[in-house]
Amino acid sequence: MGDLFAGYPLHAELGLGSDAAFDEMFAPDGSVRKNYQKIHQTLAGISPDELRHRADALADSYLAQGVTFDFAGEERPFPLDTIPRVIDVNEWATLEAGISQRVRVLEMFLDDVYGAQAIVRDGLLPANLLTSSSHFHRQVHGVESANGVRIQVSGIDLVRDEAGEWRVLEDNVRVPSGVSYVVSNRRMMAQTLPEAFQKIRIEPVADYPNKLLSALRASAPGNISDPTVVVLTPGVFNSAYFEHTLLARLMGVELVEGRDLFCTSGKVFMRTTAGPRRVDVIYRRVDDEFLDPLAFRTDSVLGPPGLIAAARQGNVTIANGVGNGIADDKLVYTYVPNMIRYYLGEEPILKNVDTWRLEDPESLELVLDRIHELVIKPVDGSGGKGLVVGPAADAKTLEDLRKRLIKDPRGWIAQPVVNFSTIPTLVGEGIRPRHADFRPFAVNDGKDVWVLPGGLTRVALPEGELVVNSSQGGGSKDTWIIGAKRPKLPEPAIKTNSSVSALVAGQTAKDSGFSEGKFQSQQQQQQQSLDGSDSQC
Amino acid sequence: MLSRIAESLFWMGRYIERADGTARLLDVQLQLLLEDPWIEEDKACRSLLEVIGSKSEFPGLLTKQDLLQTISLDKSDPSSIASSILSARENARRVREVISTELWEGINTTKSRLPRKIVFEKSHDFFAWVRERTALVVGVVEGSMTRDEAWNFFMLGRALERIDMTARLLATSELTQNAGPSWTTILRSCGAYESYLRTYRGVPSATNAAEFLLLDRYFPRSVLFALNSSEQSLFDLTPASGRTGASDMAQRQIGLLRTSLEFRSVDDILENLRQEMVVIQQGVADVSATISSRYFPANAIPAWIGEVS
Repeated sequence: MGDLFAGYPLHAELGLGSDAAFDEMFAPDGSVRKNYQKIHQTLAGISPDELRHRADALADSYLAQGVTFDFAGEERPFPLDTIPRVIDVNEWATLEAGISQRVRVLEMFLDDVYGAQAIVRDGLLPANLLTSSSHFHRQVHGVESANGVRIQVSGIDLVRDEAGEWRVLEDNVRVPSGVSYVVSNRRMMAQTLPEAFQKIRIEPVADYPNKLLSALRASAPGNISDPTVVVLTPGVFNSAYFEHTLLARLMGVELVEGRDLFCTSGKVFMRTTAGPRRVDVIYRRVDDEFLDPLAFRTDSVLGPPGLIAAARQGNVTIANGVGNGIADDKLVYTYVPNMIRYYLGEEPILKNVDTWRLEDPESLELVLDRIHELVIKPVDGSGGKGLVVGPAADAKTLEDLRKRLIKDPRGWIAQPVVNFSTIPTLVGEGIRPRHADFRPFAVNDGKDVWVLPGGLTRVALPEGELVVNSSQGGGSKDTWIIGAKRPKLPEPAIKTNSSVSALVAGQTAKDSGFSEGKFQSQQQQQQQSLDGSDSQC
Repeated sequence: MLSRIAESLFWMGRYIERADGTARLLDVQLQLLLEDPWIEEDKACRSLLEVIGSKSEFPGLLTKQDLLQTISLDKSDPSSIASSILSARENARRVREVISTELWEGINTTKSRLPRKIVFEKSHDFFAWVRERTALVVGVVEGSMTRDEAWNFFMLGRALERIDMTARLLATSELTQNAGPSWTTILRSCGAYESYLRTYRGVPSATNAAEFLLLDRYFPRSVLFALNSSEQSLFDLTPASGRTGASDMAQRQIGLLRTSLEFRSVDDILENLRQEMVVIQQGVADVSATISSRYFPANAIPAWIGEVS
């Protein structure tokens, strides 16, 4: 083991048992796991000083680019650790299938609850679960996008448990954020560890904006040959503003604020220097409650009045769909495995974390007894908001919590403390294990759920901390999917003139590797147009 | 393009030019204050504040150091260099998705490297740094922006601000009129000294120098040149149709301002230079307001009103 990993605590040395967190790089006996071998070799060739130096350069560059977050009024660079998480392509295939299954079932669920509500009639889901959720919006009953998609973008949060098995922690199908960091982290990593990129074949993530744009265009109202897509942001003061600009920039579409839009006669327009211009698809990064003062909060200035009415008339598509919050309600989460059996007739590929519903009096009693060893989460919080980790909380907090649970059992769920996996991370004293969760992103264009090969790995930087949140001192890691075979080229759709194809072949031979990808992407465009969809990358 | 984006680009152009212009103006004036042994420091500093349009209050005697600190780095004073850079950066942030990464980083690093304090001895270095950074930003714009509406709005803002800044710079010539070679210094601060010498082949005279900075058709920092280029930008935004006049109010205002300078004699203008410069500054403000109302219509925030009956 190189100098760099000196002092790294290993399970065998510490005599930890099977309930210790799973370390993704080192097996309990101290050997390096297969998927991490190449990156471990690369890192071993770098001195600790050199690695720190590179980490500083990375932070400076993020500061210059404005990839920052506000910390007590001061701008800090978004923390990116120089050691990536590595996932083997075979393992990834399972994750991909599991995420795709989850998105498909949540789509069906949303379609159902904002329509016929068969799942309630069949007795799988109590009706009061819907009506008591603050994210179930009657206002959008029956509102549907042209291609039926409500979850254009999703971020399903995963963790690895003590045995190394992936589990779903929560679903995010409202406005999941963080994908911009995946794209920019990859670019930074290529500058920070170029030697690793030479040795390891990593699946690229730069395709995301294209996929997102084609999914958005595919959901546009019918009969529009060239739909206008916009990204709706709350404004520069939003903490995810960087992400909104990055997506708008990489998709080449307008980034609008609520005041740039207005609705008349059921259509949405944006104000431009050349007068009003029709808008067909809104990729909104504004919460439901602020989208339309006529339908939701009357004091909102972030969305144009009349937007929901326009969506209902089918003149504009709002992505992600309004009212999606019901699908990532934490209590609904406990029903997802059953939903997969009910809607798809399949077994869930990815398991949930075990969860107690507190509405059931027996569970409530059990949870109240063991409150000090459980994690209690509010059902409508996300990103660790309002969450209480029993073993880490003091007596008073637990006593307060106990009262709140008895008063409002619908508002909370309880889970055992998952001692989720650790990855080596560069911190003050050197490289140490830190807990990390994972958010992969999936884009649904109505035909296929595409999972971005990679995702946002979030690290809890304080030692032993199990809550991962960027506002609570969380960092991030790039996520590498490795070992993929070069994708097979589909048969050319159009027979080319033989002399031309010889010429093309000659060119590809000269600079192979790059032009092949280009060839492929052009063919994909061809295929899309053959399928009858009018989207183009 | 979106009105809001156009507005931000327009103001980004203005603020970048303003930072540059203020740095140039201060550089010269502080130099002159230093060189003139008989000058009343307090009075000179106060008239300088007035020319720049600063609203900062100084109850006691005003020193060069105070002036430097306020006009360079005081973020609460809207006419300071720091405020201009901050505002340029804020506007750039609002149009982040339409400008290039290189341009954004150019502006963003300028903001993050702003010093907290400058000592008087180092002031020249600071002003040189501001000039360099703004030149870098404008250079990146030049090299990376497509010549579309975005470009026109940026250039329009920049040209209008340049008219205003050169007018202010000219107005300061009166402050230190008796202190010797002020015109040379003013020409130098605009980077105009060499081209002036080549044009007039001789010792600077007040009339020639003023003529050069006001009326030269080829020198890019002259008032007339900037008027012409803003007129061109406006024309590119809304090409005139029809056989007579200009349909665009802003074009008309700029045209009037230009002709009232272009076709008068220098002596006539110099007679009351400071007043003339105030007229030009007012003219720029009017044009700016006209452009706002035409291209950046404000959006009334929707509000609920109680029923009357």
